Amino acid sequence: MYAQLVDTGVKRLKTLEEMSPEERAFQEKIDAEIKIEPKNWMPDGYRRTLIRQISQHAHSEIVGMLPEKNWLTRAPNFKRKLQLLAKIQDEGGHGLYLYSAMETLGADRDEEVAKLHSGEVKYSSIFNYPALSWADMGTIGWLVDGAAIVNQVVLQRTSYGPYSRAMIRICKEESFHQRQGYQILLHMMRNGTDEQKAMVQDSINRFWWPALMMFGPHDSDSPNSAQSMAWKIKRMSNDDLRQRFIDQTIPQLELLGCTVPDPDLKWNAERGHYDFGEIDWSEFYDVVKGNGPCNRDRLRIRRKAIEEGTWVREAASAYAAKQKQKNAAA
Amino acid sequence: MTQNQALFEYLLRLGDSDMVLGQRLCELVGNAPALEEEMAIGNVALDLIGQARSWLTLAAEVASAAEIEGAGRSADDLAFTRDERAYRNLLLVEQANGNFADTMARQYLFDAWHFHLLSALSHSADERIAAIAAKGLKEVTYHLRRSSAWIKRLGDGTDESHAKMQEALDEIWTYSGEMFIGDEVDTLLSEAGIGADLAALHNLWKADVQAVFAEATLTCPSMDEYMQRGSKKGLHTEQLGFLLAEMQFLPRAYPGASW
Amino acid sequence: MSDWTLFEVFVRSKHGLNHKHVGSVHAADAAMAMENARELYTRRSEGVSIWVVPSAAITASSPDEKEPLFDPSDDKVYRHATFYELPKEVGHM
Repeated sequence: MYAQLVDTGVKRLKTLEEMSPEERAFQEKIDAEIKIEPKNWMPDGYRRTLIRQISQHAHSEIVGMLPEKNWLTRAPNFKRKLQLLAKIQDEGGHGLYLYSAMETLGADRDEEVAKLHSGEVKYSSIFNYPALSWADMGTIGWLVDGAAIVNQVVLQRTSYGPYSRAMIRICKEESFHQRQGYQILLHMMRNGTDEQKAMVQDSINRFWWPALMMFGPHDSDSPNSAQSMAWKIKRMSNDDLRQRFIDQTIPQLELLGCTVPDPDLKWNAERGHYDFGEIDWSEFYDVVKGNGPCNRDRLRIRRKAIEEGTWVREAASAYAAKQKQKNAAA
Repeated sequence: MTQNQALFEYLLRLGDSDMVLGQRLCELVGNAPALEEEMAIGNVALDLIGQARSWLTLAAEVASAAEIEGAGRSADDLAFTRDERAYRNLLLVEQANGNFADTMARQYLFDAWHFHLLSALSHSADERIAAIAAKGLKEVTYHLRRSSAWIKRLGDGTDESHAKMQEALDEIWTYSGEMFIGDEVDTLLSEAGIGADLAALHNLWKADVQAVFAEATLTCPSMDEYMQRGSKKGLHTEQLGFLLAEMQFLPRAYPGASW
Repeated sequence: MSDWTLFEVFVRSKHGLNHKHVGSVHAADAAMAMENARELYTRRSEGVSIWVVPSAAITASSPDEKEPLFDPSDDKVYRHATFYELPKEVGHM
């Protein structure tokens, strides 16, 4: 998802008996679906895990603006340009909502962004793939935002109050993002030339597997999931979310008249779900480690923006200090 | 020149300047000095591109109704297929983003002009123009407040920012005079009560920029300096061609395709 | 953002309700915080009025002291409108 492989630092769940009275009271609150708020007592691991997850989520929103920016300056008409700009801008806003939620945990945005820039903290693997055609603006909205929304809808019920509230706001605002993307593709498939239709299929071919990887490794390979689920930071497992996404998406794919590059994909009436082929996890880990096609570019751009902006931020602070002095003297 | 021809030309100028500046701001996504600033730049770009669409939609209507050059084309056609020589944006707005001081110098000089221009046009005898101007004026009032605040912050911030801001201003100044150099289109429409009176605009603009620069501890370059001109005849700097090549790529690479 | 300050943002919506906390922004001063809050939290014209307050200026109650602070008022039912039964003829009040 937007936050993959979040380390809880806990490999085995404690039983209620093993917990300190504070931990037990905390866990009982979580079990009773009572939201945890900033000034509540919370285990260090819970706080650390949340900071990691929320910061990764926020970084993903911010880095996620870059592949779309690549086509914003080439959007083909007024309507598409305005829609795409509004969407990109929402993503910046969502990154800021999330940083804001993260800061309620005592984390500092600048420090967390520095961790992103040094490579210590990741963002979603999906944004390390290049946007190579206009159809990718459709596919990113439909598949990438679609996958994110499946996760975020569930996260509205996450146990930490500020994170949950940020998710509610984000879900409300993002409802147009996926439609925007799907409509781009549908328009090209229904009104486009053969060249445009081929562009759509090529785009789906490139993004299908990376979109499925967004949900993270199989549950059996997710040692941190159990604790995150117990703390209700996560509300559904990686595999369950992935299945839900596929089940929702395939009928939309068929309506487009396109295919996905998975020969094993088929409806399983017995399970009531689609079966699908095995994901190439070596690719996933390569991209996470920094070897995706765009990892270096994405981080270079973000670092450059912050470095080149240093004198501007300093000027604003200096000006604010001068004004304060003037007002005090007056 | 008929009034409709003048009107068409006038609307292209309004729309093209908004469009080209909006495109420049789009280039800044991912490159702003702070995330909060990125949001602001996005909002301004959305406003400007939206205004460009309104002006060019009206331009297309005027051309089609009067059956003059440009007839039968949509706002999209006008924005996304016209060549460099047919573009009518101010030279000021096509200048590259440069550093943040360059970006803000360009933005402020434009906003101060844009604000007074739309104020005047909101009283235009042409109701269609008055309506678009009145709506745009609300947006531009905010743009101006924001860019003038940045001029002050950078001008009266640190020694480094002061030097950068002054340099940016001195560099771009030569493109500011064109906003007030009229031709027969301006004269014809101003006399008809449709367009703005450029001399009146110039006085308002001068007073504004001098006050803001003084507060920002910046030296206002001379109003008598040589001013570049040419955009009203489609004579641009070399910056514009590349901007349009990028912006118009899809409609030009796939003629007739619908997106 | 070195020494930019964290400001909490409160927005009053069109519907005439009280200002509501919506999140935070970073800014060099209050004027910039106001601009940034507008850009971020009212993109869909959600608000008609914005307050920005330096986060450091807020003193918050600890939720763990919820009982001593808030429980006593639970029995002051006369503070709630439903305590006052009125005849039906009065209608909505």
